[in-house]
Formats: sequence, structure tokens, C-alpha cells
Amino acid sequence: MAMAIRVFLLLLIFLSSAIVSFSLYEDQVGLMDWHQRYIGKVKHAVFHTQKTGRKRVIVSTEENVVASLDLRLGEIFWRHVLGTKDAIDGVDIALGKYVITLSSEGTTLRAWNLPDGQMVWETSLHSAQHSKSLLSVPTNLKVDKDYPIIVFGGGYLHAVSAIDGEVLWKKDFTEEGFEIQRVLQPPGSSIIYVLGFLNSSEAVVYQIDSKSGEVVAQKSMVFPGGFSGEISSVSNDKVVVLDSTRSILVTIGFLDGDISFQKTQISDIVEDSGKAEILSPLLSNMLAVKVNKRTIFVRVGGEGKLEVVDSLSDEIAMSDSLPVADDQEAFASVHHEGSKIHLMVKLVNDLDTVLLRESIQMDQHRGRVHKVFINNYIRTDRTNGFRALIVMEDHSLLLLQQGAIVWSREEGLASVTDVTTVELPVAKDGVSVAKVEHTLLEWLKGHMLKLKGSLLLASPEEVVAIQELRLKSSGKNKLTRDHNGFRKLILALTRAGKLFALHTGDGRIVWSMLLNSPSKSEACERPNGINLYQWQVPHHHAMDKNPSVLVVGRCGSDSSAPGVLSFVDVYTGKELSSSDIGHSVVQVMPLPFTDSTEQRLHLIADTDGHVHLYPKTSEALSIFQREFQNVYWYTVGADDGIIRGHAMKSSCSGETADEYCFSTRELWTVVFPSESEKIISTLTRKPNEVVHTQAKVNTDQDLLYKYVSKNLLFVATVSPKGAGEIGSVTPEESSLVVYLIDTITGRILHRLSHQGCQGPVHAVFSENWVVYHYFNLRAHKYEVTVVEIYDQSRAENKNVWKLILGKHNLTAPITSYSRPEVLTKSQSYFFAQSVKTIAVTSTTKGITSKQLLIGTIGDQILALDKRFVDPRRTLNPSQAEKEEGIIPLTDSLPIIPQSYVTHSLKVEGLRGIVAAPTKLESTTHVFAYGVDLFYTRLAPSKTYDSLTDDFSYALLLITIVALVAAIYITWVLSEKKELSEKWR
Amino acid sequence: MAKLTLLLFLFTCFIFSSSFAFQSDELLVDDDEFGLEGGAKPHSTELYTSSSSSSPQQQQQTPTIRKRYSDPTDLDSKVQFTLQHAFGDSDFSPAGTFSARLKSWSHGGKTLTKLRFSRNDFSAEEKDAFKNLLKGDEFYRIRLPSNVISPPGKEFVIASVRARCLPRDGLDEHFIIHMEGANILAVSYGSPGACQYPRQFKLPAKWSFNSHTILKSSEQAPRTPIFTEEKIIGGENVEGEVEPPPERSFWAKYWMYLIPLGLVVMNAVTQVSNMAEEPTGGQAGGSQVQQSARRR
Repeated sequence: MAMAIRVFLLLLIFLSSAIVSFSLYEDQVGLMDWHQRYIGKVKHAVFHTQKTGRKRVIVSTEENVVASLDLRLGEIFWRHVLGTKDAIDGVDIALGKYVITLSSEGTTLRAWNLPDGQMVWETSLHSAQHSKSLLSVPTNLKVDKDYPIIVFGGGYLHAVSAIDGEVLWKKDFTEEGFEIQRVLQPPGSSIIYVLGFLNSSEAVVYQIDSKSGEVVAQKSMVFPGGFSGEISSVSNDKVVVLDSTRSILVTIGFLDGDISFQKTQISDIVEDSGKAEILSPLLSNMLAVKVNKRTIFVRVGGEGKLEVVDSLSDEIAMSDSLPVADDQEAFASVHHEGSKIHLMVKLVNDLDTVLLRESIQMDQHRGRVHKVFINNYIRTDRTNGFRALIVMEDHSLLLLQQGAIVWSREEGLASVTDVTTVELPVAKDGVSVAKVEHTLLEWLKGHMLKLKGSLLLASPEEVVAIQELRLKSSGKNKLTRDHNGFRKLILALTRAGKLFALHTGDGRIVWSMLLNSPSKSEACERPNGINLYQWQVPHHHAMDKNPSVLVVGRCGSDSSAPGVLSFVDVYTGKELSSSDIGHSVVQVMPLPFTDSTEQRLHLIADTDGHVHLYPKTSEALSIFQREFQNVYWYTVGADDGIIRGHAMKSSCSGETADEYCFSTRELWTVVFPSESEKIISTLTRKPNEVVHTQAKVNTDQDLLYKYVSKNLLFVATVSPKGAGEIGSVTPEESSLVVYLIDTITGRILHRLSHQGCQGPVHAVFSENWVVYHYFNLRAHKYEVTVVEIYDQSRAENKNVWKLILGKHNLTAPITSYSRPEVLTKSQSYFFAQSVKTIAVTSTTKGITSKQLLIGTIGDQILALDKRFVDPRRTLNPSQAEKEEGIIPLTDSLPIIPQSYVTHSLKVEGLRGIVAAPTKLESTTHVFAYGVDLFYTRLAPSKTYDSLTDDFSYALLLITIVALVAAIYITWVLSEKKELSEKWR
Repeated sequence: MAKLTLLLFLFTCFIFSSSFAFQSDELLVDDDEFGLEGGAKPHSTELYTSSSSSSPQQQQQTPTIRKRYSDPTDLDSKVQFTLQHAFGDSDFSPAGTFSARLKSWSHGGKTLTKLRFSRNDFSAEEKDAFKNLLKGDEFYRIRLPSNVISPPGKEFVIASVRARCLPRDGLDEHFIIHMEGANILAVSYGSPGACQYPRQFKLPAKWSFNSHTILKSSEQAPRTPIFTEEKIIGGENVEGEVEPPPERSFWAKYWMYLIPLGLVVMNAVTQVSNMAEEPTGGQAGGSQVQQSARRR
């Protein structure tokens, strides 16, 4: 009966939401959403010191962003996010007004207007092969002379006019084994020197006329030892290279077209020899070499003589050299000492002259300095001042000037890899909560203002005040748990291995922590984070225990590299412990068991086919032993096209005496024929998802039981030919097959093939349905298909009498070994947009109807009601079906502009959407990450269980008071009247 | 929608009936035997399923034989592949043979038809091994080659079941072989019906296998109504609009008037009855009102 009531309630909710079209009003923007803009880890920085304009710096980043930043505040003036495959190779400023970027392996050259970032021109350059790319923009240009931009990429040397992007000439260097190393344009000369290596053993210098592109002269010379490819250009006519043994420095001079080699043994100039490495900074007439962890500065003399000038044992970061007054060049170097960093600017010619020496207190959780860029300016006292832009290990970007950090940007947040949400601490007595509650008078004043606003009596200033009041709404930013669960912490793990805790109220960083390697060994100084798991979520001890998360990291990028576990306290951001686990990490499986301290048991699979149990306590082991027989897991071999199911077998035999290590046995395989199918996407349900109603009521009062199994795996395969770009195959050659596989027994429960369709497949799996998005080659459109799966074995439980008499099998344990009797329903719809990712809203109890959150190609998030992708939609729904909320069938899904949850904002480079429930059933947190971060709260069926934020309590209060007064007055009046009546 | 489905059904039937001549009546038999397997699936699979006959071999074993009659074409060729089994973690050994006819289509595809299966009986050691499995609630594993033309193909397709799920009267087993052309993608293996949990230790009464086999290939995705269909639908829609909406009941239409009317009537009735109680009936209305007002 309770079920029936619930079903009825659900139906009511469906009905009540029938007219919902989610959207928000203009003044609601920013009330519960926030948006943060980032650019990513900076690769190149070019300072622009235009005399009139404001000081700016142009940066290009690893997230393929080119941006112009304000040097005083660190704000973004403009930025452009290029596509994921459009990596930026070089950035420079040409003609003093254009930013030139070279991207996509030297095939795309673009010019952006410096003040506002408008694209001025774009040229795609011919490319024949993969090669490294070089961008050379001539400096000290006279305005009247149009020196071309020289670009090398894809085997061709191009000269491009900086004014309109026209290709002036191109020269073919696609010759076998030839690699261009340097392009030098001596200032004032019309000859370009192109230095390349043929088969890494022969140096070739071409002199090319920069006007016509004709080869004026060509010289080559064989170097017997061969080059290693590391090169540093020290002046206009000299480069220094390392030979292939990395023990000889070769100075190549190509003055006037003559090539000369000069060899210097590294062991001759420094005592301790070893493999050398040329560091990247470009210093004039000098180069920096790293030998045996020591940084050695080597000066290149006039005749190619090398001499050691300085040698430092610290690990330092250096900038390129920069011309300062009087033909002097200066460079900056930064090294660490304890919690401080020391910035020094020295003259290149005279390393003892230190122009600037500053030490700055630096947060330990920023790691080491990775990159330094310097820029000089004239101080008020007419001396040279320097500012340095530094990139830290956690990808953050800081500007140092006058011994202080002027601004910093947490650019690590542009590369979030995993996200989870955690509760805030419970508000306790004595714990001082940030002072946000104000006096009663202020409270009343605020409400009076709101009242005025709602009665349309407010003046424009008051409207502004109201808006401000709402934005800063009192309790939003507290660091304690609230009744509705609106305040939470979002934990974000970044690619740099830093963990950030963001507050949902305003997106501020509550704490951040850089992962450390426990062993501090050479091989693994800084592990890179892979995933984030809820380790301990105290419910019973919520008052006195802090929750913690498990960060699984890996030393190195290889999957067989040893893993690192780190446990982090969520409230304080301190690392509780970390350990080198001594085995690789392929897969981490949270188990549905917790021990007495509410630590969740996790299994970690390694490359040898063993699984390891964590935490390594005897209690966890005994819990695990109890369920030993019922633990299964699976692996997806995307390369060989085989999905394997495994069960536990026994403790690891022999080789290790580790009682927490278990060997497994193979139970089932699904083998996709390699000539016709290739796995492109797999997906499971979220393990913590709550399903409220197990059954669905049909219009004809019939029950359908949802097949709600946590062990379902969605797999999508395409024919190998169709795995490439959309449109690279004909419809006949490509097909897409989707599977629903039970991961315990390996049964294929559902299999559906889409002929003439192609990936990429983006899917979302929730409750008993999967929605996936792919491209239909026949229709030339994107399609969305929904598959719902229902359990038929429980179908006979419809009889009420059976339910009353207890003769149903609803409480019987379900085993995967029973033959499943399932019924699937599916339907396809056209969808007008290309999709980057799909997610689904999730609420505490799963009662609220769901919305699909579709990250579109325009980096926005579209909220689409699940009812639109219902397989039961029919062309002419009957009256009963309409009442149930079934929408008439259309061949495409509607895109309602108001249902973009990102409203006018863009989450640039969108990569993922995470939905987490609040305590209030109607609402859900939505967090989207990419280069930008975006957070909002959604109520898919409107907030039916709470009053809105701007509900006027004052109005309610006044109404009640007025009513009471009115009652009293009328009572007195009637008394009087009655009295006078009686006296009459 | 019903019309559409019917149309679709007839259409598919037409297509398939041209290739499999005598299908339709046997389909029902199949459905009877295998319960709901594929029973509620869209039509194409059913036909595919029925094209595969499931006929366990009958040398010493009980099961029924069913034969399919379809004209063998010259393109057909016979294939055989073996089923292998393993007890727990033991090595795989032959356990039976599948034989089928490989039908090559003009468009280059291949499908298996007329699948037959002959299961070997357990030998004495195998019986012991199986008993051990039953005792320990261990896995009984089977495997098939992933390619039937050139076994084992890429790799063997493995499936396993807890041994305690199999024994009934005899040993009941149920195979669903998922095919893609001549490749076997996966095999679902287990008891034909439910497997109780917790699993009870029970020895089979007869040591003979009762096997059921189904071949399955992928089904085509249902299409969204294409524009031609939508035109038809549009026509229907217009028709539907011309048709007047169903008449609502009198009560449904006029309840908002009826309820106040009823209240008024009730009020009037009580008033009348009150008036009847009043002894002084013939007085002027004005004084009566005054009286009642005073009484208040």
C-alpha cells in the first residue's frame, strides 16, 4: 500500500511538473550560481609594454588558451580557448599591435588584435608531415617595412605577411630525415639563416632571401658523432648542441654561410661528468647546462670557446634573458630555500652584478617554481625595475614585484580531473561561525526593502540595494552544515596533483593541498593524482570525527607505475597519512562495506591480476572474508576488445606473504570480433545513486518493475573503420552497437545495433535507463537514444492480494545467476547539437523527476527533462497518457533556450558535469568543470518543498498582524454596535 | 501507433518470410519452451531466434528433437565447434559439440542456422569433480571458440555459473549464444529459470543434461518516425481534429454551477422548513427580518 501511495505521489509530482520550463529571471543570476574563469598552466608569456596602453601580458597555456592578462590585477582582458586538438606552439607580438599564435603543429597561424582580442586574420599553412614547429617573428620592426613572419611546421617553411596573413612564399623541406632546428633573422638583414640537421648527423645551413624565399646559399657539414637534438642558440650566428652521447658540447658557428664546429668535452670544463642536458632558457652568449643535478652556466666566447662562469647546486628556474639599458642583458633566476623563494635578476655578462634580489614567503602547497618570465620597467626614480611572472608546480600563476606577490591565479583549477562533494561540519556551540547574522533591526530593514521590491514600490537605488542584499545573502557562505544541504564543499583534484576544496556558496577556495610523495624518492617526487574517493563519511560520529577522502595517485604516467595513496582530512585539508603501496593501480573499486570507524573498504587491482584490500586492518579483512564469495569485478580491455569478469579466488599464493592481497579467477569473457567492433565507451551507474520507486505505473494501471541492478555495464562499440572522425566513413561501413552486460555473469541483457551510425558516444546511465548520443551518418544528424530496461520476473507481483498475503517475491534476495527476464524499450530522437558530456541530476531520495544535463559543443549546459527521452512517447497519447505526462512523439528533441542552466555564461573547454544531491529533495547541486568552473543549484521539478529565497517573511508577518488587528477592531466595533442596539 | 506497429510487424514478417520459409507457426513453440526469452522483444529478434533451432542431442539423453526444414542452398556449409568445460580452476576439456549450418548471404554476411548440440555425459571423474563443486558452491565454467569457422578465433568466450544453480531433476542448462556473423561474442550460461539464493546443496537425481540453446544476433534499433511516416501521421492528426472531442459527462461539465445551486437549494429548503415552524406565517417580510436580527 505504501508503494501505491508513493507511486501516486510520484504521479502527482509528475503532473505538477508538467508545465515546468526551467529558467531564471535576470535578477536571479548569481544568486546561487557562480562562475570562475581560468586559463590553465602558462607555457609562454610575452610582455607588452605599449607606451600608451595599459600594461598587459600575453600568455598561452597548456589548455590551449591564449589570453591577455592585466599585469596589475591579474584579471583577464580577453581570452580565446582554441580547440582541444589545437595546441599552441608559439606566441609572439608582431607590428606592436597583433598577437601572433602558431598552433596545431605549425599549421594554423592566427593574429589577434592586441587591445580587444578580436581575430584579425587566420592562415592555415600547408603541412605534409609531423614535425616540430617554429615561430619566428622579426623584432625591432620599422613600421614602413613589412618583414615577414617565418613559420616552420609540417615540413614547410612559410613566410607570412604580418599585416594580412598572406603567405608570401613557401619552401619545401620535406626531405627525408631533415629537421629544421633554428631559424635566425639577423636584424636589419634580408637574409634568413635556416639551420637544420639531416639524419641527426649533418648540419645544413640555408641562407634564404626573406623577400623571395630563394635559397641564396647552402652549406652542409657532417658531424661524425651525431646530435642529440638539444639545442640552444646563444647569438645570431652561433648555436650550441649536445652530441648524441650527451658528453660533448658542439658550438656551431655559421657566420656568413660557413659552418664551423667546435667541440668541447663537458668533462674538460667541469670536474664531475655525466649525462648533460641543455636547459631551455635563452641567454645571450651563454647557455645553461644541467650536469649531475648541478646547473652550470657556460659562456660562449667569441671564437666558440666555452668557459664555465658559474655553477649552482640548487634546483633553480630561469627566465630568458632580456635587454636592459646599455646593451646589457639580464635574466632572472628563482630558487627555493625553506618556505621562501629567492628571486634574483643578474646581468648575463657579469653574473656577480645582481640587479635585484628579493625573497618572498611562499605557500608550501604551491610546490616548486616551474617557469619564470621577467619584464623590466622604469621605476619612479628612473632605475630599472623588474617584475617576474612565475608558474608554480601546482600550475598557479603569480606576479612578483617589489618583493611581494602582487596577484596570484589558481590556474590548477583549469585542469580538474576528478570531483567529489562532501558535507561541511555540523554547527556546534562554541565554534565561532563567521559573523554573518546581523541585528534584528537590520534584518527587518532588509525585509522591508524586499517587501517594497515585491510591491513594486522600490526606487532604482533600492532595487540595487535589494539585489546586493540577495547576492550577499547571509548564510550562504558559512562554513557549517545547513538544514537544506545547500552548503557543501566541492573537492576537485587537478592534473598537477593538487586538491582544492571549494565552497558551494561563492566558489572560494577553503583550502588546497598539494599531494606529496611519502618516500621522497628520486623517481617519484610528485605523484600525479588519478582519482578521488570518499574514504570515511562519519554518520554516527559526525560531531567528533572529520570525514576524509582517499586520493589515489601514481608515480609516473605509465599504468604499471607504483601507486600512492593519500588520505586527506576534508575539514582541515591536512594529509592524514600517505603511503607508497608498492603495486600498480589499474582500477579502484569502492566496496559497499564499511568498518566500525565507517571507513569504506576499497579494492585496488594491479597489473598482475591481483587485488589488494584497503584499509589494511584485520577488521576490514574479516568483513571482506565474510563477503569473499560474493565479490566480483570486471576489466575492460579497450585495446583488445575483450571484457573479462573475475571473482575472488584465494589469498596471493607464494610470492608475497600479504594477507590483504588476493588472486582472482576469470569467470566470463565477452570477445568483440576485432574486425567488426571496437569498444569506444563503457559506463556504469553511479554506485551511490538512490532509486526511490522500483515500479512504474502504466496508463492502463499496469505495473512495470524497473530492472535496477548495480551490476550493469553499458558498452558501445563501433566498427573499427568508424572509430575516426565523423564523416570519414560512408554509412555502409560504420555501425554502432550498444550492449547492456551483467557484470556478475557476463550475460548480455540487451544488444542493439545502429546501422550507419558513428561515435563518439556520450552516455548517461541512471536507475534503469541509459541515454546515449551519437552521430547518424545516414540522416547527417546527431541522435539520442534511450534504453529502459524492465524486470519481467517480478511482473506477477501486480496482484494486490498477493502483496497483502505476503505471497510475493519482492523481498527475496536477487541473484544474478537466475536467468533474467528483462524487457527493454527504446526510442531514438534527433538532437540538433553536438555534445561534450552528459550527466543527470540526482536528488537525496530520488523522488524528483530527473533532468539530463547536456554539455553542448558551445560549452553550455542544457537541462533537458527526462520525459522528453521517454521510450513510451507515442504519436497521439491518449488522455490517460497525457495525464501521466507523456509528451507526443516528435522526431527530434527540443532545445529550449531558457533551459540552459548556464544562462549567458560559457564553461570554456567543458569536460565534465557532476551532480550531487542536497538534503532538500527538490534540489541538486550541479558543478561543471573545464577550463572554467561553474556551479549552480537546480530544482528539476521546481522547489516544491521549500519557500523561495526571496520569500517575504515581512509581508507574511505584516499580513498576520494586520489580520489580528482587523479582527480585534471589528470585534470591538461589533460589541459597541450590539450594546447600542440593546440600548435602543 | 498500433497501426504503425502492425505495419512494421507485417513488413518485417514479409522480409523474413521470404528467406525463412516456414517460420511463423514454430515461433510459438519456441516461445512456449523458452518462456519470456526475447518474447517481448521487437519482432526482428524473435525471428532471428527462431531461425536457430535448439535441439539437444538425443543419443542417451532425454530431450526432445525438433527439426527445422528449410531449403538448403548451395552457399550453406556445415560447421562444428566444441563446448569445453572446467570444474572450478581445472583445465578445460571437451564437453559437447555444436553443429550448425553456416548460411552465407549475398551481401557478404554469414549467419548460423540449424544449430544442434550434442552433450557428452559426465564421466565418473567428472561426476566426482562436479560433486565437489556442488559441495563447495564453486564455479562450473564452459567455453566456446570466439569464431566458429576458424576456432578458437581471437580468444575463447568463457561463461560460468555456480554449480548449485544447475541441478534440478537432471542437470538443466541454458545457453544463449550471441553471434555476430560467424563470431561468437558472448555466451550466457546458466539454469533455465531462477536460481534460489541462498543456494542449497542438492545432488541431481539424474546425471544427464537437459540443454536449451538459443542463438541471438543483434537487433536493429527502432527508428524514429521518418518524415514520410510523419506525413501520414500528420494526416491522421488532421482527421483526429475533425472528429469532435469525446463528450464529457454532464457532471464533469457543469459541476461548478451545480454545487452552488445545490447549496442554494439546500439553504432554501432549511429556510422553508424554518418558516413552517414559525407559528406566525402571514406577517410582513420587513418585521420578520427585524425579529430575526434582534434574536441574533
